[in-house]
Amino acid sequence: MSGAAGIPSVNGGEDVKSSAERPRQTPLHAVHERLGATMTSFAGWQMPLRYGSETAEHLAVRRAAGLFDLSHMGEITVTGPGAGAALDYALVGNLSALRPGRARYTMICAEDGGVLDDLVVYRLDEDEYLVIANAANTDVVFESVRDRSAGHDARVTDATGDYALVAIQGPEAAGVLAPLAGGLDLGAIRYYAGAFGAVAGHRAWVARTGYTGEDGFEVFCRHQDAPAIWEALSAAGVGAGLVPAGLAARDTLRLEAGMPLYGNELGPDVTPFEAGLGRVVKFDKPGEFVGREALAARAASGPVRRLVGLTIQSRRIARHGYPVLADGKPCGSVTSGAPSPTLGVPIAMAYLEPGADEDNRVLAVGIRGAEVPAQLTDLPFYGRRH
Amino acid sequence: MSVPADRHYTPEHEWVSIDGTTVSVGITDYAAQQLGDVVYLSLPTAGASVTAGEPCGEVESVKSVSDLYSPVDGEVIEVNAELEGDPSLVYAEPYAAGWMFRVRVAQDGSGAPALPPDLLSAAEYEELTKSAG
Repeated sequence: MSGAAGIPSVNGGEDVKSSAERPRQTPLHAVHERLGATMTSFAGWQMPLRYGSETAEHLAVRRAAGLFDLSHMGEITVTGPGAGAALDYALVGNLSALRPGRARYTMICAEDGGVLDDLVVYRLDEDEYLVIANAANTDVVFESVRDRSAGHDARVTDATGDYALVAIQGPEAAGVLAPLAGGLDLGAIRYYAGAFGAVAGHRAWVARTGYTGEDGFEVFCRHQDAPAIWEALSAAGVGAGLVPAGLAARDTLRLEAGMPLYGNELGPDVTPFEAGLGRVVKFDKPGEFVGREALAARAASGPVRRLVGLTIQSRRIARHGYPVLADGKPCGSVTSGAPSPTLGVPIAMAYLEPGADEDNRVLAVGIRGAEVPAQLTDLPFYGRRH
Repeated sequence: MSVPADRHYTPEHEWVSIDGTTVSVGITDYAAQQLGDVVYLSLPTAGASVTAGEPCGEVESVKSVSDLYSPVDGEVIEVNAELEGDPSLVYAEPYAAGWMFRVRVAQDGSGAPALPPDLLSAAEYEELTKSAG
């Protein structure tokens, strides 16, 4: 068997940094080793790919809860009286309008409208924002935000080395976290909001955000406190069915939830409009922002291709880069594909050229020489019941 | 990670269990751990002739697709039909219920099964996986 000697890649992200540097370890590295995790090199970090069966980890998050180490994510702080205005200029969203204690999904674009990264931005306080970047893009996001903040009364810091991030996701997440989050009323933290508090006695920013399509929390803590927080959550979650979950499960969870992954659905060659996320571009916010002109033109002309969901009529997986065919002719390309543990069939996201799905054309995916029928499916593939 | 001493191995992370001229083939625990949950298998069909070092199927997991190589020359005499319905057996029990196919190999001049000279012992294979990190 070939391919097993190298560790299977997580879609799109493996070894994005080409440097020969030894991959960085998160503060939970020893915990992952003790749990017997299969580790993978991801965006310059050594990360747990799975602890056992990724399918079981996926289903545990849907039915109970999963615990994730996401300490590879980039944390960039923007502070000062001009922080909101600086982010309004640097990003496509209206961050000065974000209320303290709330979060926003947004993007940073190049002058030509291409996506440099998708981000979650928390307004921790009136003059303090926390920008979460994908690990592979942390340097680009930090440098871009810093450069674009010139002239604003704002200080931009790459604080990735100071933060660890532990996420607890799934219907049981709130119940497991609540007894450990003394003094925090989790019920008062709405979706896409957060609050400072203590988790297992350690100060943390606790946010009701995630990348799984489930209810859950992301706990941003100091590096040295991550193991204690992880262990406390693990112990508290035993009865509720909480399991550690790796990047493999995270990828299939976000795919079912129809969430884009940078490097797959998003990149410098697409604008937010192609990805169906044009709503993140706030043309009506005060002042200029980088990419406005190009994005306005794209908004007016309409996207040149469109992100869609596909259900594959086979057990084989339509993977990143595989061609999509309409009546046998190439009409697009798969961006992400995986078996859907929830639906029991392989699913995929793909960019289609305009008109590819018109006139009842029969869609298929070219899977290593075979034309496998595919069905257009509304995104997301999975939505939780509230 | 386990490497049973009762069989041979290949650098392609397959195991070979020899019983007379019948050779059973599967993938190792190391390979299974690296692959994760197997979702689809393409195996050679009974009656097909296979050649050592040549691709004879595919193993598709959540994260990757890998070619399956025949470790020996011979004729496929049996394929594990259970894997068709439940490919997850490969991950769960790579050395037992997750076996993939059986090949009948020729005999050499002394009546012993004709096998490639480069099959690895359990100790040699274990060494190889350690050096692979």
